Amino acid sequence: MEFWQPQSLTEALEIREQGAEPVAGGTDLMVDLNFDRRRPKALLDLSQLPELREWDRVDGWLRLGAALTYTRAIAELGGLLPGLVLASRTVGSPQIRNRGTLGGNLATASPAGDALPPLMAAGAEVELVSRRGTRRLPLPAFLLGPKRSALADDELVAAVWVPPARGPQQFAKVGPRNAMVIAVCSLALDLDPERRRVGCAIGSVGPTVLRATEAERFLEGTLEESDWAALPAAAQGRFGELVAAAARPIDDLRGSAAYRRHALSVLARRCLAWAWTDGSWA
Amino acid sequence: MRLELRVNGEIRSAEGLWSGESLLYVLRERLGLMGAKNACEQGECGSCSVLLDGELVCACLVPALQAQGREVLTVEGLAPQGLHPIQEAFLAAGAVQCGFCTPGLVMAAYDLLRRHPRPSEADVREALAGNLCRCTGYTKVVSAVLAAAEGAVP
Ligand SMILES: Cc1cc2nc3c(=O)[nH]c(=O)nc-3n(C[C@H](O)[C@H](O)[C@H](O)COP(=O)(O)OP(=O)(O)OC[C@H]3O[C@@H](n4cnc5c(N)ncnc54)[C@H](O)[C@@H]3O)c2cc1C
Repeated sequence: MEFWQPQSLTEALEIREQGAEPVAGGTDLMVDLNFDRRRPKALLDLSQLPELREWDRVDGWLRLGAALTYTRAIAELGGLLPGLVLASRTVGSPQIRNRGTLGGNLATASPAGDALPPLMAAGAEVELVSRRGTRRLPLPAFLLGPKRSALADDELVAAVWVPPARGPQQFAKVGPRNAMVIAVCSLALDLDPERRRVGCAIGSVGPTVLRATEAERFLEGTLEESDWAALPAAAQGRFGELVAAAARPIDDLRGSAAYRRHALSVLARRCLAWAWTDGSWA
Repeated sequence: MRLELRVNGEIRSAEGLWSGESLLYVLRERLGLMGAKNACEQGECGSCSVLLDGELVCACLVPALQAQGREVLTVEGLAPQGLHPIQEAFLAAGAVQCGFCTPGLVMAAYDLLRRHPRPSEADVREALAGNLCRCTGYTKVVSAVLAAAEGAVP
């Protein structure tokens, strides 16, 4: 097995084309190596590539380099992407947040990946790059199944593009502890009051992170009619039901499908109430 | 493959590494530094916590070759002589029982206090969330870190 440590993205893409497995923070990959579950023929270290570590504002979007860690997202993106920051704070432990990256979370494509619901709710797009060129996929088109993504064998995730928050964003996750938990279920909510647009994505309740589109349309209708002074309790309940209906959960070690649906509707009502009373956008 | 890095201030090197070898393996098996412990090998227990270029990491999840030319601080390097005040505080508070998790907890506490010299109890608990201890129930560990923060170490 080889270990490649390129100093530029161009060089990295040449090595990637030869079939090397990327490694960024190693928090997913090293577990597999330590337990002999994966034996890639070569490793491609992304940690020396400055291109992947930066984030910028481009054309009204935020372009977050794939090697951005949770710790840096928390420190640097607070005002811009509060939903992603809330989710990042729930990832693992300080040790994991210091190393784990957004690109690693995307490429792993777990239905429980905590960065994914806030990114999906905000309408993020994944930038993929190879020697053949660059393409940008909306996140739902990138996530194909449990631990399956549209990433091709010669591609790297270069960045994820996200519009900066235009209103309140919330994230909540259910687990047996306040740290170090794989989500039993999770939910991200993104409200854009001015444009009357709602994004809602749910994690750990289906083969991929999913959008709760009917719940989104319902809430957009409520936004249309309400004066924001008070959130109608009936609307809150209905939103919770529609979110739960969008879930496609299974029974597993972490929870039953019925529990997940129920917990998700609770998360939906709570996040909505928090977002509604969050004065920062008003 | 060959690795050269700085560990506790000294340049160290190792030969014949396997590409997927962890920094923890190098520290323990090639450099003879047994402070960082090998337990879960999946980042869950924190007993292998060290600082890599000043960042708290689980050494079991760092590909050793990523540490090429970089700086590692392990529990052995915390105090040039004797014990570091955090270690003294652990002793004074009775925060050590079997001792297996102690080096990792001490490194996590060190990382916290460098960034945040006056933490609240909640800050301490959050900072230590990635370090498991099966003996103490954490209460005395948290007291030790708070005592170290106040300089209240005998
Ligand atoms: C103890 C522990 C707790 C955890 N807790 C959480 C949690 O609470 N929530 C959560 O969501 N996750 C959690 N994780 C999982 C993991 O930390 C995250 O998925 C993290 O984002 C992975 O990023 P990484 O850079 O470490 O990935 P790596 O391990 O470096 O890579 C993961 C995969 O992605 C590929 N890859 C990485 N970067 C790129 C890129 N730029 N382009 C193409 N492919 C790439 C690699 O080839 C590999 O297949 C936890 C892991 C551990 C060990």
